[in-house]
Amino acid sequence: MNIELSEMSEQLRQRRAAAIDDGREAATKISIEALDFFYGDSKALHTIDMKIPEKRVTAMIGPSGCGKSTLLRVLNRMYDLYPGQKAVGKVLLDGEDILSPDVPAAALRRRVGMVFQKPTPFPMSIRDNIAFGIKLGERVSKSELDDRIEWSLTKAALWNEVKDRLHSSAVGLSGGQQQRLCIARTVAVKPEVVLLDEPTSALDPISTARIEELIDELKSEFTIVIVTHNMQQAARCSDMTGFFLLGKLIEFGQTSDIFTAPKDERTQDYITGRFG
Amino acid sequence: MKMLDRRLLTDRIVRIVASILALLALVLLAWILWTLVWRGATALSLSVFTEPTMPPGRNGGLANAVVGSLIQVAIGLAIATPIGLLAGTWLAEVGRGRFADAVRFVNDVLLSAPSILIGLFVYELLVKPFAGFSAIAGSAALAVLILPVVVRATEDMLRLVPGSLREAAFALGASHHSVVVHVLWRAARAGIVTGILLAVARAAGETAPLLFTSLGNLGWSFDLDKPMASLPVTIYQYAGSPFDEWVALAWAGALVITVGVLALNILSRVVLAPRGKASK
Repeated sequence: MNIELSEMSEQLRQRRAAAIDDGREAATKISIEALDFFYGDSKALHTIDMKIPEKRVTAMIGPSGCGKSTLLRVLNRMYDLYPGQKAVGKVLLDGEDILSPDVPAAALRRRVGMVFQKPTPFPMSIRDNIAFGIKLGERVSKSELDDRIEWSLTKAALWNEVKDRLHSSAVGLSGGQQQRLCIARTVAVKPEVVLLDEPTSALDPISTARIEELIDELKSEFTIVIVTHNMQQAARCSDMTGFFLLGKLIEFGQTSDIFTAPKDERTQDYITGRFG
Repeated sequence: MKMLDRRLLTDRIVRIVASILALLALVLLAWILWTLVWRGATALSLSVFTEPTMPPGRNGGLANAVVGSLIQVAIGLAIATPIGLLAGTWLAEVGRGRFADAVRFVNDVLLSAPSILIGLFVYELLVKPFAGFSAIAGSAALAVLILPVVVRATEDMLRLVPGSLREAAFALGASHHSVVVHVLWRAARAGIVTGILLAVARAAGETAPLLFTSLGNLGWSFDLDKPMASLPVTIYQYAGSPFDEWVALAWAGALVITVGVLALNILSRVVLAPRGKASK
């Protein structure tokens, strides 16, 4: 198992080396402009400006409470569910301001999917977990639905493990499988952006390696934004990295630059493990 | 050392007193059950379930009372469940502020209202202004009894669903409606069903709400406009009668109702058990 694990990360490293300049060339998918965020009266994000490139992996790192998850939850307007939370500024998705009340949150969330820290399988069968999201927005025939379910489970590298028990409960899967199911469920809706909120923090190292490999494959089709506490993970998986501290974006740039030659002293301190 | 001795002594005394009191409670319960099983079982026979109640001197059964109880509880349940489910969902998902607090408070009051009061309320509402005592009035009284339990169980169980599950459903672009119907209700189902079963068990054993509403009936009746027999009311009437065979039937009825309620309680635990483990 260990050999498999190191091989996997070796593969990742090679692919990373080949794609080192990816962030610079890509078009901007999401443009965050002068974004402030409030929990009631307390300000959690201060004037964030950030351009998230299309079909790349953008990582957000920083100590607990720095606002990285808050920012992620702005990108699909998850904060809308809670009265008292408020975002001020602009978040342009393909040029359209998604914070505008004219954009329905449900429609936005079909374009910007999200995977959470803890696996959240719905209490239904594996198949229904995926069918649920698809059927919410589209009218599909049974064969189309079956195809889409197979496609998404294959994308999430779970098809071979569950193809014989699609009708059994999703709650019976292992933690790593549940998280891949959640990824399958998210990509099945065919979003443009996939947000990952510390997707591996509840998983063992092997499941983590699987999911990191998966992230690398998914970026050929989706724009990916990942929040992580694990700096090695950010270094391994991402093309761009943003470092947050106390609600401010301290530094944002190519992952290779951030980890080898950070411009800001605080970034340097954080990635070398001096605090956080 | 002295301090420790004293604490050990206190510990021993409290333990002995607690054990004696626990034993006392168990003995009382065992006594009640033993008397019930002994007196009930001797009076129990097949005719209890096949024959309706008869005038004194002829061997009757309780069939009309058993069926009457089943009908009234079923209708009461059918009235209370949808209202309670929707009201509880509203409290958990939509209701905010003072009005929701008021609804919750009133529901809690209703939860602990004496059942005789509910009987009188339905009497004023459905018996006095209309043709008189009726099975439907009895069902309504039972519904009022079941309703607050369903509201409470639904709200509590929906609040226990992890927030991450709600968010995950919303994150797929689901409307509030489909989040509730397809994800939250499903996740809370075992708990809600348990609440309903316990409410039914309580309602099935209540006499007071039926005394002023469905009254009781010595013969067969399936007419919802007419008085209908029920097990608790029949037990109440027979237990106080001077006829030995009626008293014996009352014991048999009491045993039947106890076993029925016990079965519902056990069923509710079975419903809850596997889900409780799976959801951690």
